[in-house]
Amino acid sequence: MSILQLSVFLENKPGALGSFAKVLRQHKVDMRSLSIAESRDFGIIRVIADDPRAAAAVLHEEGYIAQLTPVVAVAVPDEPGALTRILETLSDSGINVDYTYAFPARASRSACIVLRTGDLDRTAGALEAAGIQTLSEEDLKVC
Amino acid sequence: MSTEAKRYFQEAVETASRDEIAAIQSKKLAAAVKRVYENVSYYRKKMDDAGVAPADVRSLADLHKLPFLTKDDLREAYPYGLLAVPLSDCVRIQSTSGTTGRRVIAFYTQNDLRLWEECCARALVAAGTTRDDVVHVAYGYGLFTGGSGLHGGSHLLGSLTLPMSSGNTDRQLQFMVDLGSTVLCCTPSYAAYLAESIRERGLRDRIKLKAGIFGAEAWTEEMRRDIEQSLGIKAYDIYGLTEISGPGVAFECAEQQGMHINEDHFIAEIIDPETGEVLPEGQRGELVFTCIDKEAFPLLRYRTRDLCILSRRPCSCGRTHVRMSKPLGRSDDMLIVKGVNVFPSQIETVLIANGYPAQYQIVVDRQKNTDSLDILVEMTPEMFSDDLTTMKRREGKLVEALKAMLGIRADVHLVAPKSIERSEGKAKRVVDKRNLYQ
Repeated sequence: MSILQLSVFLENKPGALGSFAKVLRQHKVDMRSLSIAESRDFGIIRVIADDPRAAAAVLHEEGYIAQLTPVVAVAVPDEPGALTRILETLSDSGINVDYTYAFPARASRSACIVLRTGDLDRTAGALEAAGIQTLSEEDLKVC
Repeated sequence: MSTEAKRYFQEAVETASRDEIAAIQSKKLAAAVKRVYENVSYYRKKMDDAGVAPADVRSLADLHKLPFLTKDDLREAYPYGLLAVPLSDCVRIQSTSGTTGRRVIAFYTQNDLRLWEECCARALVAAGTTRDDVVHVAYGYGLFTGGSGLHGGSHLLGSLTLPMSSGNTDRQLQFMVDLGSTVLCCTPSYAAYLAESIRERGLRDRIKLKAGIFGAEAWTEEMRRDIEQSLGIKAYDIYGLTEISGPGVAFECAEQQGMHINEDHFIAEIIDPETGEVLPEGQRGELVFTCIDKEAFPLLRYRTRDLCILSRRPCSCGRTHVRMSKPLGRSDDMLIVKGVNVFPSQIETVLIANGYPAQYQIVVDRQKNTDSLDILVEMTPEMFSDDLTTMKRREGKLVEALKAMLGIRADVHLVAPKSIERSEGKAKRVVDKRNLYQ
């Protein structure tokens, strides 16, 4: 199971992120998480939103370059060792993690971990075989 | 044992009267036109189309009848179409950077090389060089004319020549100190860079430089003063272009008031770049050269695209040859960055070949007397990736391709769509912050 993450091109300059956030606010896009992979001149903004397709449409309209990137998300108890279990599972299956980040879930004392790998199907399969549930878009809304 | 400094390399011709120069030019011009007409079918057709026969060009006064040659002609006739001798008589080529279309390949016979070296030797002597000097040539060698031109001139003069080529600053400074270089030949920006390095390393007292001959790019009077002060030398400008031969087409004397054009080899005219009309002396316009001595690649009325002013006022140095101002601008979109000719179209070609859009802006700047070339490129959905490694790999590939095309490094900056300033819908292509042509 995978979900869609918004990936947005932003210039690395003062005000760029602010304008971006303003556009999302104006269109009432609810962000669950935002992270940035930055380079000298630009950044890739990665957003988990409640309705990623609608958010992408809004951003396109506003002239942004935004794409929907499939990622795997899992919910884990917010406690030490939770991430280790996931990473060990992937490592045992020989899966390399391109990037990962986490954000607190709405349910108390749990967190959502987002993973991007070269093979998402195999990633989801390996996690599920180890008893780690991957989240669907519907799951995420209530998670 | 020191040789008394000569004032001229070839005194008779360098100080000939204006009448004598005109007589030399008229005679050589008629012969050159005849030779080109007979041997270069490309130009013969141009003359035929213009209704001009070789017999119509008997003297300088007839020069204006001849059709112009432009870089487009060089492209069309590439590579051999303007050659006036059998290839077997050629002994050398030199070339500019660029694509096949933009690249100029010039051919030289033994005599052509000799003539070119003489021009450079005149420039060296005008800068006070003698056979006792140590001439440090830090222009690039290879296809670029800078290195071999000054190198040849220095040989001819009998000076000890250090064929350093450009780059490797540590080695440049070591040789400069250990061998006591006295005359430095390189681009002005490299001279400024070397001066800075000498200052940083506290080597000023250990260098023996007295003069520098700096060309291949535009530089301001301010930059000249900077270099002169920091190196404790007198800095001389030199002008040339591969099409006509290379550096030494014109050179500065101690007056530093314009560059004397070697008029016994090249006839200079100033034209209106719009109409092609010849303009009177003292007016600013496009510089046009006619080669009257060259054998292999004798271009007639070649439009340089450099805008400048000519002056025949007598010069205190005693040379009688016409002086040209520093180029005051270009009548095309060519930029000279780090001494290398750069056309926006070359950059556009590379961008498109690498999947990037033709929405870009070239920003040229000069900090601490060193040129920088930055290219802003608008991002497109196709070139965007969520994967930073992919983005960086693409960018790296573009930088490599630009380097291969231009011969110099350009810094690429990916920017947001529609963020580049537009005028009438088109992105503003070039921003040159150097103010070289004030």
